[in-house]
Amino acid sequence: MFGRCVLAVFLFAAGNAQACVDGEALLGEAVYGECSSCHDVGPGARNRIGPPLNGIFGRTAATGSERYRYSMPLIRAGEAGLVWNCETLDAYLADPRSFVEGTKMNYPGLRDYGDRVDLLAYLKQFSKDSKHGEIDHMPEPQLEVDLPPEILGMEGDPEYGEYLSSECVTCHGRDGGNEGIPSIASWPSEDFIIVMHAYKLKIRSNPVMQLVAGRLSDEEIAGLAAFFESIKMDY
Amino acid sequence: MILNRRTFIGTGAAAAAILSSPMVIASGHAKRVVVVGGGAGGATAARYIAKDSDGEIDVTLVEPTRQYYTCFFSNLYIGGFRDISSIGHSYGALASEYGINVVHDWAIGVDRDAKSVTLAGGAVLPYDRLILSPGIDFIDGSVEGWDISKQNKMPHAYKAGSQTELLKAQIEAMPEGGVYAMVAPPNPYRCPPGPYERISMVAHLLKGINPTAKILVVDPKPKFSKMALFTEGWDNHYGGMIDWLGPDMGGQSASVNTDAMTVTIDGVEEKVDVCNVIPAQKAGKICEIAGINEGNWAPVTGHTMQSRMDENIHVLGDATNQGDMPKSGFSANSQAKVAAMAVRGELTGSKVFPARFSNTCWSLIDTDDGVKVGATYEATDEKIAKVDGFISQTGEDAALRKATYEESVGWYAGITADMFG
Ligand SMILES: Cc1cc2nc3c(=O)[nH]c(=O)nc-3n(C[C@H](O)[C@H](O)[C@H](O)COP(=O)(O)OP(=O)(O)OC[C@H]3O[C@@H](n4cnc5c(N)ncnc54)[C@H](O)[C@@H]3O)c2cc1C
Repeated sequence: MFGRCVLAVFLFAAGNAQACVDGEALLGEAVYGECSSCHDVGPGARNRIGPPLNGIFGRTAATGSERYRYSMPLIRAGEAGLVWNCETLDAYLADPRSFVEGTKMNYPGLRDYGDRVDLLAYLKQFSKDSKHGEIDHMPEPQLEVDLPPEILGMEGDPEYGEYLSSECVTCHGRDGGNEGIPSIASWPSEDFIIVMHAYKLKIRSNPVMQLVAGRLSDEEIAGLAAFFESIKMDY
Repeated sequence: MILNRRTFIGTGAAAAAILSSPMVIASGHAKRVVVVGGGAGGATAARYIAKDSDGEIDVTLVEPTRQYYTCFFSNLYIGGFRDISSIGHSYGALASEYGINVVHDWAIGVDRDAKSVTLAGGAVLPYDRLILSPGIDFIDGSVEGWDISKQNKMPHAYKAGSQTELLKAQIEAMPEGGVYAMVAPPNPYRCPPGPYERISMVAHLLKGINPTAKILVVDPKPKFSKMALFTEGWDNHYGGMIDWLGPDMGGQSASVNTDAMTVTIDGVEEKVDVCNVIPAQKAGKICEIAGINEGNWAPVTGHTMQSRMDENIHVLGDATNQGDMPKSGFSANSQAKVAAMAVRGELTGSKVFPARFSNTCWSLIDTDDGVKVGATYEATDEKIAKVDGFISQTGEDAALRKATYEESVGWYAGITADMFG
């Protein structure tokens, strides 16, 4: 397993070291829109479905965000020496699952080189060695729904959540697959709570999810959030 | 070897010998659940009981076939969106990862007093709780001129696998400009939108290989599931190809002649090239054998999915008369989890939460044109009652329809993993 991951890393490390020289940070901000459904960057960035991207340049893979549950393959790749820089990030973004087989980043890849260089230029602003260095020109990330802290931070009962989850796993596979319906395993509980309330309040539009969320109480949503957060994905 | 409680306690010397073998002691103590039928209901129930009972319950799953072909997405196979192997699933993981004893045989008898099931091969399986999820059988004589012995001439393809392959091969072999006819079933039947998704997929196939062919639907029902969505889609994609004849056009009393390959509607005989007869349906025969039917179906209480005739038997899926849920794979899977929880609660005292159910049925009309209908349900003393629901709207934009189709692909991956591990 270990050997295979190391091989994967070096076999596919065909990124372009020039990648962040040519990019336009301003254009990259638009590309980043795609990433922002899972990753925060900038002040106040926190663990969401993915870890925050502050300071990503120069960092060893699968390190940096305490309490974030990185996938095993990414941890192993980090241990084998994978450090994020222009070249490696370029290759990873182009095709995440070929670059680190088994990564939990459920993203098919950004195929357009121009988009990648712009994105990297944008992200580089949030790493220390960038010429801007500072990151305080970013606004606080806006939450999708404004929930009172007692609901957002509600401690759910994972046992009840596990029972309720049997309704979810008819569609959301527990193995992290992401075909047509996203995987929800390992989601941070706060994200889970926000998204479910967004369906419940019909801010999000999918009618199946509106129905499902519509009949869940705040406690039930918290229970589900606690349960799904507790699923450890063995990628 | 199956050890029943009486021999275990009764025979002194044998008992001493048995006691020295820890494995046999374990099976003497474990509660026994027998599940008949390894489909959407049965496979899910077996997996959930085995998964959650930490070895306290022995689960035996009786299913004659080694490869289960899902009816869901079998229409997509006909349309050319799936190959047949992608809708076939084996029971390997249920046996190896969940320790379920999978027996490939038919259940042919249920002794409710002795609490045992007899298999065609002669074995007798004692149970503490029996779960029946045998799906449907057809009512002989419901379409004049057709019975099950004619299924190779005029396939139903309403149990998936070789029947589905046969129907597709017959459609592909139709002469240019030929006629495909469907005799649609009366209510209640498995998968309310199923026949009409099939019509869409047959039209999609024929449009590619035989565009002057005609499709004739003979229907005893004045209206059908997602009717506005299907008729809109048929007009948009397959204009002029499909004729639907409801009861006022003779759809009520169609008869067929398998030798002449004709369908007679209102006294007028039509020569057809393929005839897909989907007869009226009833609960899988084992329910009748067990004596738990009322009319054609097995009544159950929604709180636990227990038979109203025998509290030691739970019935799932298409075979049940439960209330408002449609007969679908999604429903059967949802009911299976309620039954699994109830059975564990009864046998091991594990925690039992109130029953809740849901269902969504996706249908594909043409490439990237998916629609859906769904609802949530709860158990009342009287029945499983609908709480709330939704349906796709006519005139939706292409992006939404495509997303709906993609969602169905995700659902298929999810539910089959939930059934087979
Ligand atoms: C064309 C078509 C399309 C469909 N599309 C959808 C869809 O998109 N979504 C959806 O949710 N549902 C769909 N369905 C409905 C779905 O397939 C059924 O509702 C579902 O399979 C019911 O599950 P079940 O467990 O009751 O029966 P089944 O899944 O039919 O399982 C019954 C099993 O029991 C076995 N069995 C029967 N008798 C015995 C016996 N005596 N001993 C041992 N084993 C026995 C059978 O071999 C079978 O494997 C569709 C159905 C059809 C026909």
